[in-house]
Amino acid sequence: MIMTTQFCSFRLAHLTFGVEVDRVQEVMRSQALTPVPLAHEVVRGLINLRGQIVTALDLRRRLDLPDREAGEEPMNIVVRSSGGELSLLVDAIGDVVDVDETTFEGPPETLDGVARELITGTYKLDDRLLLVLDTDRAVQLPAPA
Amino acid sequence: MSEIDEIVGEFLVESYENLDAYDEDLLALERDPADREVIGSIFRTIHTVKGTSGFFGFNALESLAHVAENLLGRLRAGELDVTEEIASALLATGDAIRRMLGEIERTGEEGTEDVTALADQLGRLQADDPASGEAEAPAVDASAVADVDTSTPDDTSPADDDTGDDHGPRLGDLLVERGDVDAEDVSFAALEQDFGDPRRLGEILVDDGKASEEAVASAVEAQVDNGQRSVADTSIRVDVGLLDDLMNLVGELVLTRNQLVQLVSDDTEHELTGASQRLNLVTTELQEGVMKTRMQPIGNVWNKLPRVVRDLSLSCGKQVRLVMEGQETELDKTIIEAIKDPLTHLVRNAVDHGIELPEDRVAAGKSEEGQLVLRAFHEGGQVNIEIVDDGGGVDADRVRAKAVSSGIVTQDQATRLSDREAVNLIFSAGFSTSAEVTSVSGRGVGMDVVRTNIERIGGTVDVQTELGQGTSFKVKIPLTLAIVPALMVSSGDDRFAIPQLSLIELLRLDGDQAASAIELVHGVPVYRLRGRLLPIVDLSSQLGHERDRSGEAINIVVLHADGQSFGLIVDLIHDTEEIVVKPLGSHLKEATLFSGATILGDGRVALILDVLGIAQRARVVSESADRAMSTEVDEVATEHTERRTLLLVEVGDDRRAAIALADVQRLEEFRADAIEHAGGQEVVQYRDAILPLRRLGDLLGAGFVEPPEVLDVVVHRDEERSVGLVVGRILDIVEEDVDLDGGATGHGVFGSAVIQGRVTDVLDIQVLLGNDPGVM
Repeated sequence: MIMTTQFCSFRLAHLTFGVEVDRVQEVMRSQALTPVPLAHEVVRGLINLRGQIVTALDLRRRLDLPDREAGEEPMNIVVRSSGGELSLLVDAIGDVVDVDETTFEGPPETLDGVARELITGTYKLDDRLLLVLDTDRAVQLPAPA
Repeated sequence: MSEIDEIVGEFLVESYENLDAYDEDLLALERDPADREVIGSIFRTIHTVKGTSGFFGFNALESLAHVAENLLGRLRAGELDVTEEIASALLATGDAIRRMLGEIERTGEEGTEDVTALADQLGRLQADDPASGEAEAPAVDASAVADVDTSTPDDTSPADDDTGDDHGPRLGDLLVERGDVDAEDVSFAALEQDFGDPRRLGEILVDDGKASEEAVASAVEAQVDNGQRSVADTSIRVDVGLLDDLMNLVGELVLTRNQLVQLVSDDTEHELTGASQRLNLVTTELQEGVMKTRMQPIGNVWNKLPRVVRDLSLSCGKQVRLVMEGQETELDKTIIEAIKDPLTHLVRNAVDHGIELPEDRVAAGKSEEGQLVLRAFHEGGQVNIEIVDDGGGVDADRVRAKAVSSGIVTQDQATRLSDREAVNLIFSAGFSTSAEVTSVSGRGVGMDVVRTNIERIGGTVDVQTELGQGTSFKVKIPLTLAIVPALMVSSGDDRFAIPQLSLIELLRLDGDQAASAIELVHGVPVYRLRGRLLPIVDLSSQLGHERDRSGEAINIVVLHADGQSFGLIVDLIHDTEEIVVKPLGSHLKEATLFSGATILGDGRVALILDVLGIAQRARVVSESADRAMSTEVDEVATEHTERRTLLLVEVGDDRRAAIALADVQRLEEFRADAIEHAGGQEVVQYRDAILPLRRLGDLLGAGFVEPPEVLDVVVHRDEERSVGLVVGRILDIVEEDVDLDGGATGHGVFGSAVIQGRVTDVLDIQVLLGNDPGVM
């Protein structure tokens, strides 16, 4: 029997990532962000999610990727975490993909640094690699360098 | 499995509640050992714990409850008198049961705490037999059973089977449930009744030796108890989380309402306006209603205090009577939680340091027993709590000496403090008056923590004392934290909310004034506010954006935190708004400048400034922190002094005079051409009346000066008259310790003083004007 899992895919720079669909509460277009002075650089601000105040974390900064070009609006993926809802800021949101467990492999050797810690493995899709994000670790702030 | 958890959970909740009452009851019993109702209540609590813990297999708990129950049984039967030792042992039992319940709550097991010593003590106390064996006389027990039985004749008679449901469980069922008798014996006894036996069911069982008197009596009591409980059917238990959710939703509704009302006010469609007004009303009522569900009487916190006072006064060898007034005063649950510790601390303090030893009290001509009064009441949208003792009071000089030796204030500052201010130094960090460290105080938690905790929820605490007469602490706290009025300000593009509770006043310095108004003292920016130095903090630089403000007008929000005031420079000041406070997520724990966030009418998120956090941080980052500190302490020192507040004016040719601000009603400007003449006097029309004018220069003989086009006039008013005093120029308002040199006295002049480096006449307005027949 072939096990399939569903992932919500999204793009960060040139990479395609996936988070388990059941971790995702919703996806939203760019939202008004209220910056929090003196907070960690990964915390980009607070958004109003229908009356609930949700902290937005920039996944690019979390993964040590260069910041988006000015004018490029991030998308929000609202995920459930142990500390409540959090919004992950990503470049673009892709399809929900069904993956075949047999195509799973450990993280590619080409990844290094933080990305390596936060990626649990890859699924080899037909046209690209889907990097699986370790959501629980990704939503934690990195220890101060 | 979850079902069992639920039942255990209910058992825990119920037991905790009963135990709270248990402590209170025991203390009441100590005061009035003959109160059978109270003994019954205590007995039931322990009995229920015993029964239920046995059911769940918590054996240690059950056996402890069992020995306690035996002891209580003898107390109830009047065979033993309540002694202090017995009361202490029973209180300790309550504590041990609480600890075991806590362990069950955490781990699901009753833990390994060794309570055999306690159990032995209870056993020994129970075996003590002051009545030398007579106590076991059966006559006593039989009559006790008969007594209770007659009080509930219906429920014990099988003839009333059908009504049993309405009055709680039947006695027989209860006994079987508790395992005191077999079901068979009960049916047999019931059968005997059916055959015409006139005795009650309980009596039959006892007479037949099937059940002990004790078991029957306790079952009867439980039965009565059950019947009473149905009275409480009008209230239900609600999870606090659910109430919090409701409160959040109502908060949302309030915000949406604000938004809608704002939009509709620009609109002229009547139906929409009408609907929005109704929404407005309903929302307000709903908000009030939901707030009420979270209100709890302050008695819920206080009910722990009699125990605290009892234990503490025993260990200090003092006698303290605790009087509580206004237990029913209601407060939001979150606030109740927040004030629990500070209040307990204040009460401990009052017993430990406030109230004297009995012999000292007698020597001072007071009664042996000290009195500690807790009082709560609502006033002006706030709750006031007072903790008043009739003890020795606080010696202001000792506080001064201590504060100087702890480096909180300098000797010089200390001598300048009024007694009242000096006493308030006990709230300073690093202060402790207790000459000797007792087991109670000297734990490193001082009054500064009390004040910080109270201020954290937007409250204030003040102390007043009279040596030898006692001390009173006054705590003021807001009713609720969830929805608070706040002032909205901007820094850069971002808006921030400042809780109104921290706000003192708003200042605006115009461009040219701004450049010189902010001065540096030891590198710390300060502003002279009515003659006092106000430390200034720039919000932008606190937030990490340096800004050049040269040439701009400056907005200063004057705030108070930790007993000190400071000015916060902001870019713009907006309106006040009612905001719904929401906590910040765990990722923002480090952001100490913010106490929360809120959603504004336009849907954007705004951060709420933590005034205390800003004050602390500003001090930490300040280069000369310690100097800033001392300047600020200086500030506090001068804050409440009973100094004179004076209006400084210029008279004639560069001569200065000062008028007590209390004598000044208003400051006005009149154009010179508005002056008219009536009865040979200069007058102006002022507020629909005629205001006579007097030229201060003339009154003081300062010589004639050509009047300018616009006259500065000080309006003085007392019972008899209003007078406008024309002065050369209004200079400033200062607060000064006026040191009068008698030299220059004359008519209407108290004397001269050096104010702001200039010789100034301090005027006696009453005399000055009283001598003037021209004034009406």
